[in-house]
Amino acid sequence: MRIEQHPILTFPAGKMVKFTFDGKELYGKEGEPIVAALHANGIKVIGHSHNKHRPRGLYCAIGNCSSCLATVNGEPNVRTCITPLCEGMVVTMQNGKGVIK
Amino acid sequence: MKRTDIAIIGGGPAGLCASIAAAKMGAKVTLIERNSTLGGQLVKQTHMFFGSQKQYASTRGIDICKILDNEVNKYDNIEVLTNTTVLGMYEDGVITLDCNGSYKKMLPSRIIVATGASEKYLPFANNDLPGIYGAGAVQTLMNVYGVKPADSVVMVGAGNIGLIVSYQLMQAGVSVNAIIDAAPSIGGYLVHASKVARLGVPILTSTTVKSAHGKEYITGITTVKLDDKWQEIEGSESYLPCDNLCISVGLSPLAELLWQIGCEMKYVPTLGGFVPTRDNHLKTSIDSVYVAGDVAGIEEASSAMVEGSIAGLCASRSIGLTMTDYDKVLADYIEQSNSLRRGPVGDKIRQGLAQVEIGGQTK
Ligand SMILES: Cc1cc2nc3c(=O)[nH]c(=O)nc-3n(C[C@H](O)[C@H](O)[C@H](O)COP(=O)(O)OP(=O)(O)OC[C@H]3O[C@@H](n4cnc5c(N)ncnc54)[C@H](O)[C@@H]3O)c2cc1C
Ligand code: FES
Repeated sequence: MRIEQHPILTFPAGKMVKFTFDGKELYGKEGEPIVAALHANGIKVIGHSHNKHRPRGLYCAIGNCSSCLATVNGEPNVRTCITPLCEGMVVTMQNGKGVIK
Repeated sequence: MKRTDIAIIGGGPAGLCASIAAAKMGAKVTLIERNSTLGGQLVKQTHMFFGSQKQYASTRGIDICKILDNEVNKYDNIEVLTNTTVLGMYEDGVITLDCNGSYKKMLPSRIIVATGASEKYLPFANNDLPGIYGAGAVQTLMNVYGVKPADSVVMVGAGNIGLIVSYQLMQAGVSVNAIIDAAPSIGGYLVHASKVARLGVPILTSTTVKSAHGKEYITGITTVKLDDKWQEIEGSESYLPCDNLCISVGLSPLAELLWQIGCEMKYVPTLGGFVPTRDNHLKTSIDSVYVAGDVAGIEEASSAMVEGSIAGLCASRSIGLTMTDYDKVLADYIEQSNSLRRGPVGDKIRQGLAQVEIGGQTK
């Protein structure tokens, strides 16, 4: 969910762009990290680990920990917390190590 | 290969002040930041800073960030590379960069490492569930991108960061169910603690997380009380519902690059873990490598800024540059850093620094 009212900050409206997560059509602000757009849409589970298939999501939000990996436009292991959202991005939940095509 | 006088790695308060100081000395500066914007931790600090007037106390972190950013922009001899990560630092002084996806090499005469810190983690059952975030991550989501991290949060850690982020969560319309801390007393300043306590948030001391619950996503935690030897008290478990657990148990210096190039490192818990030894000009055991800010020991933005200025001046001096009043300006910064660490709050920092400071002054 987006913050509607804040006592100190204002957030620019930004340009909304369409993208998909696991085939589902969603909207997010152009240029915000993919993971922020997913959170704004209520999506917090982004992948599953490769050994025990444990769910994975955000942790550090600054590209340090690799907890937020997803497959973006076919490229696996993209850190969604530091990758800006673009129009038409195809994001899929990454299960395991991902496949390099 | 690209050459520069001084490469500064990290565009937080330390790196920004180092750039400005080195630019004033006439050095050709390359400031390298992996994010798309400068400011480091400051970009998400909406609260008014504590510290001393010279380091912008009572100004909000986000505004200090703008002031420093504008200052950097005034100098033609500072080149700013954003979206650029330093990948490696080698014995021959070469650094390698991932510059917007392309691989580059650079040979600076001096390097100032100001990479900051990363958040520490806690061991407990199910600590890998989605919805368990670092306090910095939560701040980034809500204060930089305007997105709510969750609806109801339990904060682990009653230090300043835990207390401040709890308050900021409430400003963003998120409820904070409790703040818990394993220590028997609140670590942060009283002003911050009373601010959240007044809003009805319980602060539970001598309490830690035993386990997190949920299948795909966190739905609650089990807490447990600790005795005076920090051992779990059997039967004291209790359940707290939440859809986010925010971890704020301290930072550790982001020092990989210093390890790689072979700087002498020492383990000093009061400074956050392994930190480089350095002289009072912030030169490490390697003559061409200087440090400043959290990577040299976890402190505050105020000390990071002063250290940045000292490192910027001294690194420039070491390649033969100078300016009018150099000695006076440097002495003033050194006095500022001493005064920030005076008093009981600075006790641990002073003890920590005594273990890593080497030699006398080098000119
Ligand atoms: C919630 C919170 C509240 C705080 N409140 C206060 C306060 O009230 N007063 C106060 O004085 N301090 C406060 N602080 C502390 C202060 O923010 C930090 O001490 C300060 O930001 C440290 O500055 P720095 O420049 O060393 O590191 P950072 O600000 O962390 O900056 C480091 C920069 O280096 C970049 N970087 C890292 N590695 C690389 C690489 N390999 N290549 C390129 N770039 C890299 C990072 O992206 C980052 O931008 C607070 C901190 C937090 C988290
Ligand atoms: S959340 Fe840590 S790398 Fe993305």
